[in-house]
Amino acid sequence: MIKYITKRLILLIPTLFGVVTIVFFMMSLAPGDPARLALGAHATPEAVEAMRHELGLDRPLHIQYLNYLKQVAVFDFGKSIKTGEPVLYELLSRFPATIELSVVSIIISTILGILAGIISATRQNSMIDFGAMFAALVGVSMPVFWLALILIMVFSVGLNLFPTGGRINIRLFMDPLTQFYLLDAIVYIFREGDFSYFLSALKHIILPAVALATIPLAVIARVTRSSMLEVVRQDYIRTARAKGLSERTVIYKHALRNALLPVITIIGIEFGYNLAGAVLTEEIFSWPGIGRWLYSAVTARDIPAVQGGVILIAVVFVLVNLAVDIFYAYINPKIRY
Amino acid sequence: MPFNPENTLWYDHWLQLKQNRSALLGLAIIGAFVVVAFLAPVLATHDPLVQNVSLRLSKPFENGYLLGSDDFGRDIFSRILYGARISLVIGAIAIGISLTVGTALGLISGFYGGTLDVLIMGLVDVMLAFPYILLAIVIVSILGPSLNNAMIAIGIVGIPRFARIIRAQVLAEKENDYVMVERSLGTSDLELMMVSILPNCMAPIIVQVTLGYAGAILSSAALSFLGLGTQPPTPEWGLMLASAKQFVASAWWVVTFPGVAILLSVLGFNLFGDGLRDILDPRLKD
Repeated sequence: MIKYITKRLILLIPTLFGVVTIVFFMMSLAPGDPARLALGAHATPEAVEAMRHELGLDRPLHIQYLNYLKQVAVFDFGKSIKTGEPVLYELLSRFPATIELSVVSIIISTILGILAGIISATRQNSMIDFGAMFAALVGVSMPVFWLALILIMVFSVGLNLFPTGGRINIRLFMDPLTQFYLLDAIVYIFREGDFSYFLSALKHIILPAVALATIPLAVIARVTRSSMLEVVRQDYIRTARAKGLSERTVIYKHALRNALLPVITIIGIEFGYNLAGAVLTEEIFSWPGIGRWLYSAVTARDIPAVQGGVILIAVVFVLVNLAVDIFYAYINPKIRY
Repeated sequence: MPFNPENTLWYDHWLQLKQNRSALLGLAIIGAFVVVAFLAPVLATHDPLVQNVSLRLSKPFENGYLLGSDDFGRDIFSRILYGARISLVIGAIAIGISLTVGTALGLISGFYGGTLDVLIMGLVDVMLAFPYILLAIVIVSILGPSLNNAMIAIGIVGIPRFARIIRAQVLAEKENDYVMVERSLGTSDLELMMVSILPNCMAPIIVQVTLGYAGAILSSAALSFLGLGTQPPTPEWGLMLASAKQFVASAWWVVTFPGVAILLSVLGFNLFGDGLRDILDPRLKD
């Protein structure tokens, strides 16, 4: 196992090297001069030139590239033009919001998706099965940004049940303990007996989490169903039934455990996608996560921020996928390294 | 024996397709989508670009607007019809890019193997290290926001998937005896790849084109929604939703109908692609 993990980690190096290289050269093609953007439209040519020198932009591209590689190797992703803060700090400070949203939405989609998949598989070709699988295909086809608008229209504006955006009522100030608002709010419940923080945080997260959960939910349901159908045809299930075990035990103890292996992979992949910045959902719900941060960096042409941000997000994405692979190898008794 | 189309494998597939109700439904939706795209000028009740500010935000069926009017007093129904043209073209061109480049890379990679294979697949792996929509956003932000650049971006982002599928198919295919026979008869590499191997890789390619089309429509709508794709006043579905958030309280029709159009067309391609996969490529079933 350790050998397998080491091997995969070593194989990660060329991929990450490729990521940095591609992003660097892509961004070097981007229009706009970072020095001029940093100084504003009224800067003198001399000031821009001085800034270009300071940023190293007056050197040849391959030297800039080597310098960037050296910086990235020590986790220095430069400074955002817009705020002057280090890109790494900017991204990390917004990461908890994204993690919190991703975790809540993956919990929703996992529970409902697996449930729908089991129900469909155990009633194969029934109306319930057809209905669930058609719904799942609608879910996969859903434009998430439109669903988000409909959710806001119905549940925020129409029924006035949830706020239209943000993480918590802005009148409530919380000590930034963990930056995961739901957890911080639970601390408030114990410390001050005050539920209002938790309720507010919960109300704020529900709509974006539901919007973000749609596609994973549909995918998980489909994979669970087909995996279950494959497993129940196996000999050991026939054996289990022949032993006289109840159908419940057969399905939930014998079949489901094995059927869940591919489902776990798909959950991990979907989680990775959400974690890598749900740009659309975060933008619509004004959720202050990395997706929204990156989108505003893109529209502001904040090149260092986009450059560093994209690299870091790709790293997160690759690491999550690697973790999924390793976890899969760990839980699957058929794979032994 | 004379050639009889009823004896071909594709006829067999067609028979299976006719049995698959959801695939047929998908095909019907795609058919309707294509017809609407071609007949938009005939079917439209208004010019999709003409503004009539005095009749802005008319409700559906009010003032002769079938699905209501938007904040500039443009007919939403007609804009949706014309939007079908744009989505159809975006999908075709984006998939065209992914397909040609992906097929070329996959063929070369699988056929020659060795260093070339390592390099190409390395590049594919790096591209797959970026989340799909993120890569598209970055490419568009470099090229500049426009319809053409959105198509290019979506096309580029789709390349790795095609390259991988084709490579896997070529690897399996080139071990067959017929390839060895043709090679010993002196067939050139190019002819082997294009004439002998590629036609045998059609099944997964067709499936991927159909499902990829669905993805391309979704992504282009998303890019336009973010202001990175089609620019106003083009009647594009995603763009029609871009300003919709301010109307969630006042004009539900502005928010609702363009999204239904996106959902329906994407669903059509997904239904059809899913059915095709079951028929053409049972191994790929997830």
